[in-house]
Amino acid sequence: MFNTISRMIHTGILTEPKPLPESTPTADPQHALWKILGRALCIRHVDAGSCNGCELEIHALNNPYYNLEGAGIKFVASPRHADMLLVTGPVSVNMEEALRRTYDAMPAPKLVVALGDCGACGGIFGHTYASRGGVAEIIPVDHTIPGCPPTPAAVLAGILHAITTRPA
Amino acid sequence: MIFDHLDRPMHIIPGNLPCSYASVRDVEWEWTVEDLHATGATFLTLWGTDDRDRDDPCFAIRAAFLLPSGVVILSHKIRDLANPSYPSIAQAFPAAARMERAVRDLLGISSKTIDQRGWLRHDAWLTNAFPLRRDFNFAAQPATPQSAPYAFVQVEGDGVHEIAVGPVHAGIIEPGHFRFSVVGEKVLRLEERLGYTHKGVAKQFESLPLNEGHRLAARVSGDTCVAFSWAYCAALEAITGAGVPARARGLRALALEHERLANHLGDLGALGNDAGFAFGLTQFSKLKEDLLRANVDAFGSRYLFETIVPGGVAGDLPQPAYAHLLYFYRVLEHEVTGLRLIYDEHGGLQDRFREAGLLRHDLAVQLGAVGLAARASGIARDLRVDHPWAPYDTLATQIVTETGGDVAARVQVRFREIFESLRLCRALLADLSRNSMQPAPIRGDIPEAEGNRLGIGVIEGWRGPVMIALETGPGGTIRRCHAHDPSWQNWPLLEHAILGNIVPDFPLINKSFNLSYSGQDG
Repeated sequence: MFNTISRMIHTGILTEPKPLPESTPTADPQHALWKILGRALCIRHVDAGSCNGCELEIHALNNPYYNLEGAGIKFVASPRHADMLLVTGPVSVNMEEALRRTYDAMPAPKLVVALGDCGACGGIFGHTYASRGGVAEIIPVDHTIPGCPPTPAAVLAGILHAITTRPA
Repeated sequence: MIFDHLDRPMHIIPGNLPCSYASVRDVEWEWTVEDLHATGATFLTLWGTDDRDRDDPCFAIRAAFLLPSGVVILSHKIRDLANPSYPSIAQAFPAAARMERAVRDLLGISSKTIDQRGWLRHDAWLTNAFPLRRDFNFAAQPATPQSAPYAFVQVEGDGVHEIAVGPVHAGIIEPGHFRFSVVGEKVLRLEERLGYTHKGVAKQFESLPLNEGHRLAARVSGDTCVAFSWAYCAALEAITGAGVPARARGLRALALEHERLANHLGDLGALGNDAGFAFGLTQFSKLKEDLLRANVDAFGSRYLFETIVPGGVAGDLPQPAYAHLLYFYRVLEHEVTGLRLIYDEHGGLQDRFREAGLLRHDLAVQLGAVGLAARASGIARDLRVDHPWAPYDTLATQIVTETGGDVAARVQVRFREIFESLRLCRALLADLSRNSMQPAPIRGDIPEAEGNRLGIGVIEGWRGPVMIALETGPGGTIRRCHAHDPSWQNWPLLEHAILGNIVPDFPLINKSFNLSYSGQDG
């Protein structure tokens, strides 16, 4: 126990500032963030057929440096609890129906962010017998975050961009 | 290698390991497979090709095995083009069963197995259409697939009920379906249904030029991008006889060990978390992020997707990276040593780890377990040790095995492999820095490849051996490329390891294997 506690103290708080959109006043960043989020943002992630590279970076968002939950952004287990759907991968034909159903189960306003080059356009996997290409081929997409995979900072900036520019 | 039932010598084919190849006739296929089983060969992979456009029109089914002498590939030509079939090898090598189903789905050549359910095909393309055949017509496939129910094996009895999980899981994970039959909390049976992330990698390879294929190989399973892109490049380099500069080989191995470190660190954190010890996740995910940032300084990217290229590597280490990496390795070793002590001494954690998800040695051998999971059940196999390819031939890698076969053993293998990887990284870095003052080539030329050559690349990735079987076409094209992830062998192990455990332990047990969905779905 002593070891654990002393290591916690030794590690300290590593959280780095969030990449807020340029228009945001930066005097109180956490306050500015809450203003954007309305205190909390719940995200449901769906892997629609990715190579799992993008998942690694989404996981990284929860590490102590990016500390996503500390900012009031949380990944939830059910689409019914979600404000935003974060979709990775080209949409594989075998995942098409599961993706549609997840989208249908979400409450309005159903924000959708497509993550990675594959989510944007199908990437290297393209349009084939097994891949439908980008997420927008299947469900409406509000914002895309390109990259292979995009860095955690880019993912976070993209998520914040999607909510600041959402239709009222 | 001479087999009792093979009366011809085998051909040598290009590969980063010694590779021999034999074309076998009908009964020889079965008998030679039995010979291989009797000699204790490790089954690597099974794939098929459409060779109906050749002078001798046929389908070919191929199987790769690992022996102390190297890789052995058997190729069986099937000349009945209307009803192509071949004898199953799943009796001797159970891991082949799902691969045989996949070959049937993609190529329409069928083993005489009993399981006729689709594996990679979920009603997405027509039953009589086979994507890997050369005359496959993409345009003729239905725009919206109709999903038909999948016949899971039913368990009957008093109080037995089913829990269906997936394909969309409750966390940030890849999609797959698990069907549990349980009594109360206890799991009586688990059946996996995978294939959800099948995105046609094998077919997509055929649309790429030979010198671009490594990019797709890196994306077969993103967490294993270095091993896959290396395996692809190794196959291509072996076919063309291209030389890889010594410096590039060292950098490749450094990248591969960094990939192993990153995944082991991530898993150790997640395993702590799945046992209710969030402190472990915080600490290990910090260390993993530190490593990824060190990768940016050393290689220019976090996950090294583009690091390994045909002929060598994309870039050299910048001068400041040597000191940074050495310092980082020292800190990492110190931190992991401390965290291991905390994990080892944490009663609650060990209570969850020990005896959970037990995979006994004899069962692991019987099922053909490979890689990390096999080493945790006492199977001492590691390509870096058994068949060291350059630069591992000079590194004397120490194999890490545990005999427990439970979650605790798989945790220990990861801890110990981190220390061994750090030792290798230091040795590689010392060698690279000795020669860092003079400019040295890091990328050799790739001569033009002849058509119709088969080459093999086998690399020990962090999960186990990944393999690429590359066949060249005319004019620098890919005729066929088969990418194999060790998750194929190890997914069925999970169905056994979970038996008798309780449902809430499943995430922990699953994580202790941490298998790739994308890698097996392809």
